[in-house]
Amino acid sequence: MSVDPKSASYLDSIDVVEVQRGPEPGGLGGAYRAFGETLRGLKTTMARLIEGPMTIEYPEEKTPVYPRFRGRHKLHKFEDTGLEKCVGCSLCAAACPADCIRVVAAENVPGERVSAGERYAAVYEINMSRCIFCGYCEIACPFDAITMGHDYEMADYDRRDLIFTKEMLLAESIERTPLKSEGE
Amino acid sequence: MLPLADTTFAEATWIMIVKSIVIFAVIFGVLPLLTVLERKLIGRFQHRYGPNRVGPFGLLQPLADVGKLVSKESFRPENAQRTLFILGPLLPVLAGVLSLAIIPWGDVEGDVGLYGIDVPIGILYFFAVGSIAFYGLLLGGWSSGSKYSLLGAMRSAAQLISYEVSMGLALLGVIMMSGSLSLVSTVHSQGEIWFIVPQFVGFLIFMLAGFAETNRTPFDMPEADAELVQGFMTEYGGMRFGSFLLVEYMEILVVSGIAAAMFLGGWMGPGPSFLDPIWMLAKMLALVLVFIWVRATLPRLRYDQLMTLGWKVLLPLATLNVLVTAVLVVVW
Repeated sequence: MSVDPKSASYLDSIDVVEVQRGPEPGGLGGAYRAFGETLRGLKTTMARLIEGPMTIEYPEEKTPVYPRFRGRHKLHKFEDTGLEKCVGCSLCAAACPADCIRVVAAENVPGERVSAGERYAAVYEINMSRCIFCGYCEIACPFDAITMGHDYEMADYDRRDLIFTKEMLLAESIERTPLKSEGE
Repeated sequence: MLPLADTTFAEATWIMIVKSIVIFAVIFGVLPLLTVLERKLIGRFQHRYGPNRVGPFGLLQPLADVGKLVSKESFRPENAQRTLFILGPLLPVLAGVLSLAIIPWGDVEGDVGLYGIDVPIGILYFFAVGSIAFYGLLLGGWSSGSKYSLLGAMRSAAQLISYEVSMGLALLGVIMMSGSLSLVSTVHSQGEIWFIVPQFVGFLIFMLAGFAETNRTPFDMPEADAELVQGFMTEYGGMRFGSFLLVEYMEILVVSGIAAAMFLGGWMGPGPSFLDPIWMLAKMLALVLVFIWVRATLPRLRYDQLMTLGWKVLLPLATLNVLVTAVLVVVW
């Protein structure tokens, strides 16, 4: 049975969903609503003013980092013997996805031991301009010799200065970054 | 000696010179602070601090800005009309300074009136001088020899002319109630009640038109710094550009001053009479804060919305306001 699409019975036969529409724009009502909305906007901005600035003035003020924040690497020594923990196994270099760690191992000579193991890292360099701070080196290290610190201010003027040597990584790093307190 | 307004005295020339220098110094001392105030407040409105590096609390920021603008090359495009291009930014400054003259800072004290000059045609003078500022804007846009500047100038001219009408009509109610064009007499006639109460609609229309006249958001179509590369100012740089900015702030002060005198009781306020100029300045600053608040809140209007609001809403409303006021003034 074909129904004329214009007939009333056709309109009755289909499900007509009433669409909710906003008020028509323009006119007196529109002007009134615009005025009201303007006032609402003014209230919103004034509330922002009262809340005050949320700026952290960076060089003077620093965002505290979480304890597990992955910043600049640190190499560690044994506290009692003063020997380096790193044995030059190159597992960190193997784990590094950015390929930014270079380790050259050497045999420990009895008498002037550098590390606790058989071998030690004669060269240990991290290219900070490559590092993506994923922390895989820290996970790969069997002796916890390398960990990620909290320092994130490593900007420099020269790329060559971004290759951190073993001495730089072993040195007690200046903790310039505040740590988040408990519950923060 | 010029016969001035209703005053029964003529001031000595040296007094007028001293007055003009003082007004000039005060206004040009306030203007740079106004720029910092605006930037800092806009910052606060957006959860940030605003300029706070140059000097204590960033107060020396305008000095740095001016230093930068002055030291820049005064560039002039090749097809610019030399004289008019230079005249462009100067005319509005002139007009702005001229209209500062009629803002009343206080009553007549002895032989000295605490205002630049009490022109008998007061508010007409404001409109006349204000219109000269449009010339600067039009000339600047046209003489730049750039199509963007020309288009920007045309839009600005259309906007300013549209809103000038409503602005005048909005003040007509006050003029009818006070029975005088002079700003000083208008303030005097607000002894019982400030005109903002009986003329609230007029005040709203005046402020809205004032936003448009001073090219401020939401009516900053002439500049539209985000999409129209500053309209008529496109080709200007250095201190010539700076003077356009200066004029913007000066016009804000002037419009606030006129509004304060016409609607907010001018210099009237509690306290001894030497506080009068302070009260006037405080009322002006309060209105300036409204300007800044609105700028932080409202987005720019589309061009057709701007014209619709000007001609179809403000103008009929202002006319109605004038009619009702006229009837009430006669009946009372």
